[in-house]
Amino acid sequence: MTGELTFAAEHLAGAFGRRANQPDLLQARQMQALSFAVHIPLVCFGIAFPAMVLFVEGLWLRTGEPAYKALAKRWSKVMLILFAVGVVTGTILSFELGLLWPAFMANFGDVFGLAFALEGISFFVEAIFIAIYVYGWDRLSPRAHFLAGVPIVVAGITGSLMVLTVNGWMNHPTGFDIVDGKVVNAHPFSALFGGNLWHELTHMYVAGYMVAGFLVAGVYAYAWLKGRRDLYHRAGLVVALSFAALAAPVQVVVGDWAGRTVADRQPTKLAAFEGVGTTTKGADFHILGYYSDGEVKAGIPIPRLLSILAKHDPNATVQGLDAVPAEDRPPVNVVRYAFQTMVGIGTLLALLGVLYVATWLRRRRLPRSVWFYRAVMAAGPLSLVALIAGWTTTEVGRQPWVVYQVMRTSQAVTDARGLWVAYILLAAVYLMLMGAVAWLLRRLARRPPEAEVAS
Amino acid sequence: MTLADLCVVLIVAGLIAYTVLGGADFGAGFWDLTAGGAKRGARVRGMVERSMSPVWEANHVWLIFVLVVFWTAFPTAFASVASTLYVPLGLAALGIIFRGTAFALRGQAATINEARTLGAAFALSSVITPFCFGAAVGGIASGRVPVGNAAGDAFSSWLNPTSIVIGALAVLTGAYLAAVFMAGDARRAGLPDLERTFRDRALGAGVVTGALAIGALFVVRDDARSLYDGLTSGTGLALVIASAVCGAATLALVWGARFELARVSAAGAVTCIIVGWAVAQRPYLLPGHLKLEQAAASHGVLEAMLISLGVGFLVLVPSLALLYRLVLQGRLDKDYEPLGQRFEP
Repeated sequence: MTGELTFAAEHLAGAFGRRANQPDLLQARQMQALSFAVHIPLVCFGIAFPAMVLFVEGLWLRTGEPAYKALAKRWSKVMLILFAVGVVTGTILSFELGLLWPAFMANFGDVFGLAFALEGISFFVEAIFIAIYVYGWDRLSPRAHFLAGVPIVVAGITGSLMVLTVNGWMNHPTGFDIVDGKVVNAHPFSALFGGNLWHELTHMYVAGYMVAGFLVAGVYAYAWLKGRRDLYHRAGLVVALSFAALAAPVQVVVGDWAGRTVADRQPTKLAAFEGVGTTTKGADFHILGYYSDGEVKAGIPIPRLLSILAKHDPNATVQGLDAVPAEDRPPVNVVRYAFQTMVGIGTLLALLGVLYVATWLRRRRLPRSVWFYRAVMAAGPLSLVALIAGWTTTEVGRQPWVVYQVMRTSQAVTDARGLWVAYILLAAVYLMLMGAVAWLLRRLARRPPEAEVAS
Repeated sequence: MTLADLCVVLIVAGLIAYTVLGGADFGAGFWDLTAGGAKRGARVRGMVERSMSPVWEANHVWLIFVLVVFWTAFPTAFASVASTLYVPLGLAALGIIFRGTAFALRGQAATINEARTLGAAFALSSVITPFCFGAAVGGIASGRVPVGNAAGDAFSSWLNPTSIVIGALAVLTGAYLAAVFMAGDARRAGLPDLERTFRDRALGAGVVTGALAIGALFVVRDDARSLYDGLTSGTGLALVIASAVCGAATLALVWGARFELARVSAAGAVTCIIVGWAVAQRPYLLPGHLKLEQAAASHGVLEAMLISLGVGFLVLVPSLALLYRLVLQGRLDKDYEPLGQRFEP
């Protein structure tokens, strides 16, 4: 099957009948990568934050404690700001699909379009109820207000599910045939649910809880170190940190599942993760080092660990990069560094989570060391780095294909000129956007919590 | 009616919703831009902020909806449009980033200078974005988008007479709609001076928009003859006349301060002209280059999408109804505050 498709790729004349000739392919890829890197952290908040906000509002409804209401209200404002920014960055992504990759859209837009149509509905529902929820504080009955939050949680999950179906499909394309160089017999439903959806989905959801949880917890860990330990700040820390700390160890298990699926379905990508030049039986895992001339140099080898990780068998054979021609291999060092970064940070975060949960279970209190709170402050940015590294691993690891082993990224790109101008413009605008959001959140954080419940 | 026709109906309906709802949001930015100095414009700007806050994200989603249905149902046409018209579409996208961010931020500004800087970014992009979208529509309607990967000219495809008049019309239509809507909002909020301000603006914008629309027909006659023929015969002509009647009725209703009815007739005018455009270029999706049935995705794809959207609408429509009911009842209203007042001692 795979071999046939690879053959087909060379003959994918496509809807436009000729190859694009784009000197700035790298700029197009950089633009897309930049746009993802800006959008994906916001997606984490879309997945995880509404549940946290509702949890705190639920605490308020049960106890009547105003500090919980103040916290839920404050968080809901942050949620709205991040959602609004996510709306615009998400719009950019959907524009870019057409602006940068028209040949991809012309050939496959119909195959995976269904997912985006459903995502559009989710997104709509999310926008509607986020407006009702945030602007409805003190204007709707507490019960109605809480219920208005539930669709936000559900839509955040279904929306990202739909987008991930497309990524899963790009990595493991199914649900169509290629006949005479054209894409035919599109079966949208089998395209959506036949790909690498399930492990990507779980991996991303858990990541969403880690990123949103650790980032929010970091803010309150800072307040804790500054001596602000009232109920408001304590609740902010405990709720956010509990979500993240429970998610982090789970991610280790999910990551193992994801890795084994990649080993099975995209062996060349897995070979790039670890820099396996030649097909090896009982392959070693290397920490650090760099890939050059078919092997990892200056790394710390751990015998047979890669075979154990990839196949759960120390003697298993791991396919090397040499199994495919050089032009079908991803850029190994980028993928490998990204993978090592993700795994390294993920391991540290899992340890931090276990420490927090263990302290809570054994002593029924928060850890006392200032180093714990400093670690929580660092965990937010680190989880963000791991998130971006993880997406770099899977997306750069997919190269040179946009649709794995069916269509090359170079076949998908636009023929338009001047992409570097657009890249500079977009980078400048995004830099400004990030600065503006940071400024806004800081300003919001400076307001005393009492301001939330006074009016 | 084939499934492809049904998809066109959905796209046109989405465009209408985006033009009426999203367009009014852009138009609010136009009035923000032209409200005058910090002191003089403070009341108008406060009203803009109050009217837009709860709904702009939901209004914006219509754009995503149109894009997605377009590329799923007519992938080749979508790719041709996006790759040829990448300059106006790219500018519109950058404008959307500016607009959304600046608007979200302005509510948190702590000094008048901050508010003005953010306001300027918001207002300027509110004009650029609808112009670029209008110009892109003009490029498609006048047959300047051939099938292929960036096959059309990167500049003359949207810097041409038809594109420029449609771009200008898009900006003015938004301004007109916004003034009509905000006059009604000001009445509901019990702010008679702002009601008068927006009533005057609605009348002015209505007259200018109407005049430009008539002028546009002459431009289109010289520049895009087949579009002109479609708009001046049969159903196309009937819709153009209906749009003119709705526009004139809106002016009369605004004159008589019947703002709630004016809301409906203003939306009617926009609806008629967008449907008229779709009718005028039938059976073409890309006039002169690609017919609808050639462009459509397979039956199975269209069927799967339409059924899924149908199920989705069962959730979406009641949700939207709830939002607009709450908004129109004033349940989600922010308190009105002239922009700048909170900076005064």
